[in-house]
Amino acid sequence: MTTVPSPAATAAESELKFRDPERGRALTSAIERTCDQIGRSPVTVMHVCGSHEQAIAKFGLRAVFPKRLDVIMGPGCPVCVTDLPEVDEAVVLAEDGVRVVTYGDMLRVPGTSRSLADVQATGAKVEVVYSADQAVRIARRTSDPVVFFASGFETTAVATAAIVLDDPPPNLSILSAHKYIPPVMEIVAEMPHTRIEGFLAAGHAATITGWGIFERFVERHGIPVVVAGFEPLDILAGLARLTELIRDGERRVVNAFPRCVTREGNRNAQRQLWRVFRTTGGMWRGIAHVPNGNLRLRDEFAHVDARRRFAIDLKRLWNHAPSALTQQCICGDIMAGISSPDKCALFGKACVPDSPVGACMVSSEGTCRIWHQYGGHPSL
Amino acid sequence: MTASPTATPVSTIDVTGRGTPTIVMKHGAGGRAMRRLIEEVLVPGFSDAPVDGIGLAAMDDGAALRVGDSWLVVTTDSHVVNPIVFPGGDIGRLAVCGTVNDLAMMGATNPLGLTCALIVEEGVPYSLVESVHASMLAACREAGTTIVTGDTKVMGRGEIDGIVINTTGIGFTDRVIPDAGLRPGDRIIVTGTIGDHGMAIMALRHDLGLEASLASDVAPLNHMIRDALASAPGGVSAMKDPTRGGVSSALHEMAQKSGVGIVLHEALIPLSPVVRAAADMLGLDPLHVANEGKALLGVRGGDAVVDRVLDALRRHDAGRDAAVIGECVAERPGDVILDTGIGRRLVSESDGELLPRIC
Repeated sequence: MTTVPSPAATAAESELKFRDPERGRALTSAIERTCDQIGRSPVTVMHVCGSHEQAIAKFGLRAVFPKRLDVIMGPGCPVCVTDLPEVDEAVVLAEDGVRVVTYGDMLRVPGTSRSLADVQATGAKVEVVYSADQAVRIARRTSDPVVFFASGFETTAVATAAIVLDDPPPNLSILSAHKYIPPVMEIVAEMPHTRIEGFLAAGHAATITGWGIFERFVERHGIPVVVAGFEPLDILAGLARLTELIRDGERRVVNAFPRCVTREGNRNAQRQLWRVFRTTGGMWRGIAHVPNGNLRLRDEFAHVDARRRFAIDLKRLWNHAPSALTQQCICGDIMAGISSPDKCALFGKACVPDSPVGACMVSSEGTCRIWHQYGGHPSL
Repeated sequence: MTASPTATPVSTIDVTGRGTPTIVMKHGAGGRAMRRLIEEVLVPGFSDAPVDGIGLAAMDDGAALRVGDSWLVVTTDSHVVNPIVFPGGDIGRLAVCGTVNDLAMMGATNPLGLTCALIVEEGVPYSLVESVHASMLAACREAGTTIVTGDTKVMGRGEIDGIVINTTGIGFTDRVIPDAGLRPGDRIIVTGTIGDHGMAIMALRHDLGLEASLASDVAPLNHMIRDALASAPGGVSAMKDPTRGGVSSALHEMAQKSGVGIVLHEALIPLSPVVRAAADMLGLDPLHVANEGKALLGVRGGDAVVDRVLDALRRHDAGRDAAVIGECVAERPGDVILDTGIGRRLVSESDGELLPRIC
């Protein structure tokens, strides 16, 4: 959108560098040429990040991707893969009178029988925050117990770790639904029905973990990985590089986001992350049990861990059988890259953002929600 | 006993609410849920009665009833806003401008007068009511109108949130401008930067720390619209103010009622850098964010007509950033398409309260 001239215009100008239509067209033609050289159809690549899908949809990139390139979104939405019992824990706490604060996307994610939005409507204290800091500020303003229902991948987990290490107020606890991306890439790469030829890795997560973390993955699975940023040209450049690697049979990691990502990553952030969290195995909704896929607080931080401070009784939510609609939801297949929203009988009909059936329609990072909001990939 | 024709009528209102869903915030948020409530529950029956002009069935900004050779335009709007005072305005200014602008969007740019119904919560300071009055008076003077009748109620503490203002406006016009008047080839003009009002309120509510640089655009647009209409007689084919639900909701409504597609060019849409930054931060599309001092105009008749309308708009403060942002096409009727320069996508209708996204 045109920026009305002002002192802040310089920031907008530097951003425009990564949104230049002409360079965009050049990259799109390059991707098309490479795909033609590969000769197969489709050439299938996966990204594992809601922010990538957002940018692809927001800038209408699917309308210009070559027909034979299939860019699918993997399990890259932390809200979508949050498992039912994790939502249930937050719901039970809120019903028991605890003030639950969480990111906006988590509000409407259906639990076994209720979402946080449902209990909020009946009077429970549920508040939306847009940062971990804000959870601290809310806790300082009250003497009530406050639970921060924290979700997200490595990126937001670091922000949670920072508040845990920064002497949080005694009434604040953390209910961690944080997830760790590298292990799920292994799972998806090995799923029998996927035919992923390359991964586009998330630039912001790699800013923290470093791109070196993907080297072992490439070795093990023989699938190239390109780390890409989130401006439209970042994504197109990443895809151009990834299709080249596929064409040339090169199995390696390429960093296409060097202005932010290094091989080692942010050591300080990693230290904070692993000081506070350890990985455990756990279910990712609709996908699979992912060994080392969940981030939980270490024993040392039991005093801020909501799971240790509160007796959370989930059983009372379990006399509800999952609805017939829920059983038709194909979110899992979509996140595993073996189906797409337009193949779901519920999509846009029984399942819409107003009344979502699956978590992928709730989160603004969910594939279904994004396709619904931005029109999937119709020919425009 | 037989039923007597004079029996006391029995109310059919069901106060038990059994077996029905409840009203939630999205039903008032200006998106699809609200439209469904209005279309399915509130309009039926009333819309069957014949009206000489534009009635409830059109679901336009107001009604236009034929009076002799002219049209009497009537519109009503209730105003609740939290916080009551926000950067760039307050509930009093909002209550006057909202109604004045709804009249103007139908072509009635010289309001005959407004009514004002005030509902106040017990415990509200006297001085707050005084300052709301002062703000309404100032806004009326700016718009060249006044309050001609009113009503005041007080409700108990907790029964209502602070203060609620309903205003109704009436005015005459010789030519009604409907929402539904777009045709393929018409150009779409927005009268200035988008999303300022909604983003100012949201930044305040979400404690974004951007309050200092964001301000609502709330303003009466009737004088500016009068000049724009006069600059190109018959050239403005449709008009709507993009309030709740933002430019997206307003354009979807216009596209659906008119049976055209609308193609927007992202690079042409005026947006202030701080609104853009706040929208990026919250993961919101500025096209979904509310405005209170902007209008969308469909303009027919080639570049010369478009330029005359733009000139007229830009002579006013509220219209200095007016710009052509897109055009109507015959393809994909009812859809709004955004050309991002790099690609193309459908613009979605907003469908509830805007929630900031996670990261």
